[in-house]
Amino acid sequence: MCLGIPGQIVAISDEAMQTGIVQVSGVKREANLSCVVPTDGNLQSLVGSWALVHVGFAMSIIDEEEARRTLEILAEIGELQEELDAMQQGAQG
Amino acid sequence: MKFVDEFRDPQMARRVLERIHAVVEEIPTTAQRPLQIMEVCGGHTHSIFRYGLEELLPDKIEMVHGPGCPVCVLPMGRVDDCVAIAEQPDVIFTTFGDAMRVPGSKKSLQQANSDGCDVRMVYSPMDALDIARRNPHKNVVFFGLGFETTMPSTALTLLQADREGITNFSLFCNHITIIPTIKAILDSPDMVIDGFLGPGHVSMVIGKAPYDFIASHYKRPLVIAGFEPLDILQSMLMVVEQIRDGKALVENQYKRIVPEQGNNNALKAVGEVFELREFFEWRGLGSIDHSGVRIREKYARFDAERLFAVEPAHVADPKACQCGEVLKGVLKPWECKLFGEQCNPETPIGALMVSTEGACSAYYSYGKIDVKQAV
Ligand code: SF4
Repeated sequence: MCLGIPGQIVAISDEAMQTGIVQVSGVKREANLSCVVPTDGNLQSLVGSWALVHVGFAMSIIDEEEARRTLEILAEIGELQEELDAMQQGAQG
Repeated sequence: MKFVDEFRDPQMARRVLERIHAVVEEIPTTAQRPLQIMEVCGGHTHSIFRYGLEELLPDKIEMVHGPGCPVCVLPMGRVDDCVAIAEQPDVIFTTFGDAMRVPGSKKSLQQANSDGCDVRMVYSPMDALDIARRNPHKNVVFFGLGFETTMPSTALTLLQADREGITNFSLFCNHITIIPTIKAILDSPDMVIDGFLGPGHVSMVIGKAPYDFIASHYKRPLVIAGFEPLDILQSMLMVVEQIRDGKALVENQYKRIVPEQGNNNALKAVGEVFELREFFEWRGLGSIDHSGVRIREKYARFDAERLFAVEPAHVADPKACQCGEVLKGVLKPWECKLFGEQCNPETPIGALMVSTEGACSAYYSYGKIDVKQAV
């Protein structure tokens, strides 16, 4: 529950609500970006960046290499599929 | 070192391990008793068991698996409170998946769901808010639990509900906070911890400074650690080097994720919505002062505890269950009389067997074979 998952921010969905779309291993879902809003407030500049996403909230901007390694480790310790399933379920539910 | 070959950088892992072994030999007290190093976070517990790290470390280091698995430290009575709320008419009770199967004194949330309550698993508190938007005639309650890592997400969701003027959403707040918990561990007479691996993602939110008292007042080292096996080994080396050199510092091994100052936006939201409780009840650890947060008066209309007049139920754990001892590190998971036979991930008796971050579940999944070989 506390590990989170790296996702790439692929679009901003609602500027006012500070939400965007993140993509993890092909799965897309809405995420809240409030905790990673750049100091200049420009949300669009986040598109393309990777973030550590925790229960639907982007908590920290990370680099792509870090994202890749984290995904590998999550797969190894058996947490990746669980997170992806949960994310997908949330997106549909 | 049979597992090391699996690691991403086996050579580096070997080198770090060799240095840990050498440094520990230079610490004279280890001749009398092993060093007790606690990993505070359940994510670390999981990695440690998954990679068999304990077997690779010197015998003179004993890992104590800390209370950092939020589901594991929920007292049984709290699950009963959840079930009681879920049983109210017109309630949709929403929760993270981890909490679904934790046994209450009568039933788990999963059983409540089979018995006709509307209990739904969500990935995010935002999904719970969404359910509230789509079901205006139902009361949607979200079971908020976890340390500072999840606190910002529930705080921000509540603030969003407030902005939208949503009136059928509330939060059953069971968030816990890490600093008073570590302090309670340090003050506990039956636990002697020589150093800590600090939680990675909690620290990403709170930063490094809140741990300073551990170094300055209690003179214990704490190293904020990442989750890869190599992160954990490197952090362990940093801890034992400090002990050898008679130092007590807060260090950050996980700089690539953890900014020294934490996450300001997250902390602001948390401070806006939550305030400390006088005390909070933990499974196995009893009541710890200021270890939980509640919703501020200002947001009382979103507080399920107030709305449903929850009187915290005190229910003793089943007699044979030894979760408390395991949580305190006094017993190893496999030393619990119920481990494996009566208590296993299929039919869990204690919460430590439910969550993948629980020491019992992690040990059951990854460590069992080695124990059999060892005995
Ligand atoms: S084996 Fe089960 S009952 Fe025993 S400590 Fe672990 S979770 Fe608790």
